[in-house]
Amino acid sequence: MRKYLLKRVFYMVLTLFLVATITFFLMKLMPGTPYSNQEKMTPQQIRIMNEQYGLNKPVWLQYLIYLGGMLHGDLGTSFQYSNQPVSYLISSRIGASAQLGFQAMVFGVFFGIIIGSIAAINRNTWIDTLCTILSIIGKSVPNFVLAVLLQFYIALKLGWFPIADWGGFSYTVLPTIALGVGPLAETARFIRTGMVDVLNSDYIELARAKGLTKFGIVYHHALRNSLIPLVTLIGPYTVALMTGSMVIENIFSIPGIGEQFVKSITTNDYPTIMGVTMLFSAGLVVVILLTDIVYGIIDPRIRLSGNGD
Amino acid sequence: MSERILDIKNLEINFHTYAGDVKAIRDVSFHLDKGETLAIVGESGSGKSVTTKSLMGLLANNAEVVGGSIMYHDQDILKKSEKEMQSIRGKDIAMIFQDPMTSLDPTMKIGQQIAEPLIKHKKMEKKKAWAQALDILKLVGIVNPEKRINEYPHQFSGGMRQRIVIAIALVCYPEVLIADEPTTALDVTIQAQILDLMKELQSKIETSIIFITHDLGVVAGMADRVAVMYAGKIVEYGTVDEIFYNPQHPYTWGLLNSMPTLSSTLLEAIPGTPPDLLDPPKGDAFAARSAYAMKIDVEKQPPFFKVSDTHYAATWLLHPDAPKVTPPSEIVRRQKLFSQMNANKSVRA
Amino acid sequence: MEEKIKLSPDSFEALPKAEELDNEKIAAPPLTFVQDAWRRLKKNKGAFISLWIIVLMMIIAFGSTPFIDHNSLVKSSPNYANLPAKIPGISINGFNGKLKVSGQWVDEYKQNNIPSGKYFVLGTDYLGRSLAQRIIYGTKISLIVALVATFFDLTIGVAYGIISGWKGGRVDNVMQRIIEIISSVPSLVIVVLMLLVLKPGMTSIIAAIAISSWTTMARMIRAETLQLKSQEYVLAARSLGESAPKIAWKHLVPNLSSIIIIQTMYTIPTAIFFEAFLSFIGIGISAPQTSLGVLLNDGQKNFQFLPYQMWYPAIVLCVLMIAFNLLGDGLRDAFDPKTRR
Repeated sequence: MRKYLLKRVFYMVLTLFLVATITFFLMKLMPGTPYSNQEKMTPQQIRIMNEQYGLNKPVWLQYLIYLGGMLHGDLGTSFQYSNQPVSYLISSRIGASAQLGFQAMVFGVFFGIIIGSIAAINRNTWIDTLCTILSIIGKSVPNFVLAVLLQFYIALKLGWFPIADWGGFSYTVLPTIALGVGPLAETARFIRTGMVDVLNSDYIELARAKGLTKFGIVYHHALRNSLIPLVTLIGPYTVALMTGSMVIENIFSIPGIGEQFVKSITTNDYPTIMGVTMLFSAGLVVVILLTDIVYGIIDPRIRLSGNGD
Repeated sequence: MSERILDIKNLEINFHTYAGDVKAIRDVSFHLDKGETLAIVGESGSGKSVTTKSLMGLLANNAEVVGGSIMYHDQDILKKSEKEMQSIRGKDIAMIFQDPMTSLDPTMKIGQQIAEPLIKHKKMEKKKAWAQALDILKLVGIVNPEKRINEYPHQFSGGMRQRIVIAIALVCYPEVLIADEPTTALDVTIQAQILDLMKELQSKIETSIIFITHDLGVVAGMADRVAVMYAGKIVEYGTVDEIFYNPQHPYTWGLLNSMPTLSSTLLEAIPGTPPDLLDPPKGDAFAARSAYAMKIDVEKQPPFFKVSDTHYAATWLLHPDAPKVTPPSEIVRRQKLFSQMNANKSVRA
Repeated sequence: MEEKIKLSPDSFEALPKAEELDNEKIAAPPLTFVQDAWRRLKKNKGAFISLWIIVLMMIIAFGSTPFIDHNSLVKSSPNYANLPAKIPGISINGFNGKLKVSGQWVDEYKQNNIPSGKYFVLGTDYLGRSLAQRIIYGTKISLIVALVATFFDLTIGVAYGIISGWKGGRVDNVMQRIIEIISSVPSLVIVVLMLLVLKPGMTSIIAAIAISSWTTMARMIRAETLQLKSQEYVLAARSLGESAPKIAWKHLVPNLSSIIIIQTMYTIPTAIFFEAFLSFIGIGISAPQTSLGVLLNDGQKNFQFLPYQMWYPAIVLCVLMIAFNLLGDGLRDAFDPKTRR
């Protein structure tokens, strides 16, 4: 177990190192310069700026400085907001994104499990068909289209929730729904398929032969067995939520990482782009490792290799 | 004499499919007495599993009981609601399934799986139920049960798992135990162990067993009586000796003939396949595969002809007008043994 | 039991052999794998309708090329700006040139003095360009991006997966590590980085989508190849000395085909989504070029007052996505009947 973990952590670090390296050199290849109002700047001003940001040093030295800084949490200085460290920019915005992502994940997975289970228990009835249609629509309608529609019809026309911005819980409701519908649909489909299999299995038949109630069978045997594989989807969901956050945060003007990322892209703010890239990659790598470990703990059949069993 | 526990009369079950109604069980009657073991023998698709599932009230959604009755003591199981069935299942009538590898919930400790029926039926607390689960684990011969009760199914071998499945079935001391091919999925050596265990437990717990199998070899050592099923009907039933040594139906002949014995050098297979039960044949369903088929066999369903008080067979060959046919040599040999046995018995009497 | 039954005297004659029923006869001619899958797909109404919708949309999108004048597509004509849909012969509000302005239905065509013979079936955008034309053209661009990206994704993924699974050992190990590393970076980040480095445009988007999404296909193909490798017929071909590429082409690819087809069907909508997403946030295809994402982005700006400008492209995009997803599900069930009971 320990050996396995060490190996995994080593690969994690290696991955992040490669991501950092590739991003760094890609940024160096980038056309254009980071200074948005370049035409108005004199060569001298540019030289001063270059010196300030360390851009006059040879590339390999810049690279080493960048890596060294990253080791103690320094991601450089934003071009866009003068003299603001990227790490501060990120840490001041991560709260909103994390809350939104977490809420969307909980919302999607919770209702996905309910809808998927209902479909599986009533399979081949109109209830199943309805759930299937809903999850296909949820999977197919892009979240940004849904976000615009929710914003217009629910917030603007009906006035049930704030139109945009970030404040109390009511501000989070619509973005959470828009962001969570994708995972919801995916979960519902996954749970339905899994539970149909489980409900056809011999151990469910044995549970029925024990005289357990329908609810007891679903709750104690079917749900448990179809939920465990769901853990493997948390990684892909994290990716979907990171992706979605870029556009959802933009539409609802939420001061989060995704919104910042889009802004940085449009303003060529390389240090911030790199910082966010590293943050997303690190987040994903950690989530994947955690889900693997959790999967090993909750499924008694799977023991992480190196367990000596 | 002994108390009658189950009495199945004229049971008929159809399966609704896209192609039409499959008549899976056609007019089946049999009974089970206290403490006895009844074996139901037949090839796959003959309806043995469907019959036993109907006893448990566990038929698939597209199955419909068209007629007949299943009397458990003085109550008709077919008239019970799902709720009432839940209180019978696992408590009065329990079941052992074919494949121990897939019959246990992979994510639940076996202690809990054994304790579940106790918690449900005897309203026991978890602790007490686990204590009883431990006792039954010992009874079914699990070594080091204190440790193993906390383990998961994948940590057990196939034979051990079948012991656990048996433990689950027996934990409430049911009156009737239905064993649906309990040894088919196991190695031959393990098969014998499981059969011995079942016999041993039967005498300890005093349960009646319905033993479903396609393997006549297993039947000989286990059963008191045997019913032979073919194409959704019982074609012959009698005591073990009667079925093994004085069989009357050509299908029973075929089954015995395809069973290896010490003396046989060549195994005879039964030619052909069972009929399509979407449209079952008018007469004797086995006629199409029988070398002894007569004209009447394709025209009319044979009734049961009495061979002895305990032995009946549904074949026109037993009709007084039917020509005498010579069964296969192996059967002739067996019938000779049978008359010798009877002679001995009468001498002793 | 033995009541007297009236029987004809010849009842007990043995049956002649010829009368024995042959119940081992197989009634229908056997179906090939593809025929069987096609038959099952046809039974799945949702998937079958989706297939026709996709075919229809492709015919319209690609068949329209000679009829759409590129000049009118990009040229702005401010006189015609922001006109609602007007379909000849239809008098339902919203499709007859009327637009709801502060609660009142107003005939925008009259207001703007549009000649009476002029119709825009789906209205016009803020530059007075026909929305119908732009949607058809945008759909074409979106489809091209998705199909080409999927094609590359498929080629890279299948080749990588087969090589990795077939070679096994160290090669496989290294190749799997590479996949692991690539998939620990959110694909969107890869796409964004690619788009920053390359010049924004169709080619970059295609490249970016293809590069970031082939790993799923490669993983599935590798897993299946590992299984196929130990199948008897592959072992037989190997022991007969057939070359590896020949085995791959003759034995592996046909047996992988169902996975490839199903996975492709799921990749296409993902690619459509990605294109729309990137164009929507403004780093994908940009004006005066158009795609469904660009149209959505344009429409969103005026959504409050001219909701039709977003609704029409949104409907087209959603129908396209739903159709591909339904078809993917249908194909999955058709190729693997076990999954749905």
